Amino acid sequence: MSIVVRVNGKEHRLDVDPEMPLLWVLRDVLGLTGTKYGCGEALCGACTVHLDGRVVRSCVTPISRAAGKEVTTIEGLSPDGSHPLQKAWVELGVPQCGFCQAGQIMTAAALLKKHPNPTDEQIDSSMAGNLCRCGTYGRIREAIKKAAGGAR
Amino acid sequence: MTIRLTSERHRGESSFVTRSLAMRLGVAMVALSSLAWACNHAKRPAELPPVAKNQLRSVADFSVIADEEERSRALFLEASRVFLHPRCANCHPSGDVPLQGMDMRPHEPPVTRGPEGFGEVGMECGGCHQDRNLELARVPGAPSWHLAPREMGWVGKSPREICEQLKDPKRNGGKTLAQIVEHNMHDPLVAWGWRPGHDREPVPGTQQDFGALVAAWVETGAHCPTDGGKP
Repeated sequence: MSIVVRVNGKEHRLDVDPEMPLLWVLRDVLGLTGTKYGCGEALCGACTVHLDGRVVRSCVTPISRAAGKEVTTIEGLSPDGSHPLQKAWVELGVPQCGFCQAGQIMTAAALLKKHPNPTDEQIDSSMAGNLCRCGTYGRIREAIKKAAGGAR
Repeated sequence: MTIRLTSERHRGESSFVTRSLAMRLGVAMVALSSLAWACNHAKRPAELPPVAKNQLRSVADFSVIADEEERSRALFLEASRVFLHPRCANCHPSGDVPLQGMDMRPHEPPVTRGPEGFGEVGMECGGCHQDRNLELARVPGAPSWHLAPREMGWVGKSPREICEQLKDPKRNGGKTLAQIVEHNMHDPLVAWGWRPGHDREPVPGTQQDFGALVAAWVETGAHCPTDGGKP
């Protein structure tokens, strides 16, 4: 039985195992490789996407849960990389290796949607599940603050 | 002569004093052991059958306690083996951070309860926990995975304190005792405790046994254990 999912505004009818993780669908079926595989256990945040606007770890989310819903990935955050967070990321040179950054930005986007001017405490508690082995946390926090005004 | 008589009299008095002391000591010991027996029986009646760590005593096992109030207290203590098990208590923390594992360590990743017990934006419970356990990723799950409100925290509390809390509508989500029974007997999130998935230790017994114990506790007057009462 097909599963219908909207991804970045485009509807897809998928003939896949309903237990297939959303991340596999995004990367292997739809070719959206911006979202990364990190730990496979919802512990690192590299696979973070939005499901109906809420942050989910796509590596542990069965595609059946996304049926009839809207998925937003890093590719769909803005049509041309102009989201205030993406601009701030570039301006401050946030990434080092870059592997975790799509997940970082997707979590930060959800944070700014709810708290347009987040406090340091709000940034820390919302971003605590996105790990960065390069240790770019300081620049991530600065970029979120820089983007805060523009994300309103 | 006089000296000898006096000495004999003293020996006789000394023997009398010794016998009297021994009798008094004996009476005191009997009284003390009776008191100890009474105390032990108030907390955990000796007649209750032994039970395995992974099982619960049945409601019928408690019929040996004639006094209804005592029976009610004993039923609650048995049910508190479930309330206090890490599978249940980990999501009834007394602070803002859920716990995990049998050693009840802080949840990793470091989540907090958020405004309504479902986590903070970006770190919401449902971002990782699905409506069922994920065996491959080992992430536990059940419908509406979330933390109990802070006022329903159990960690660090005694069975008596938990009992008083459960009966207080201000600290039990405004529930009646009948609703408490229903919640314990049928709630799908409560049910997870018996089917925790992966290699996690389930809470003792079955949800049916547990619900029956809570129902029997309510039927017998919902009396709370005494201070220091332990399951």
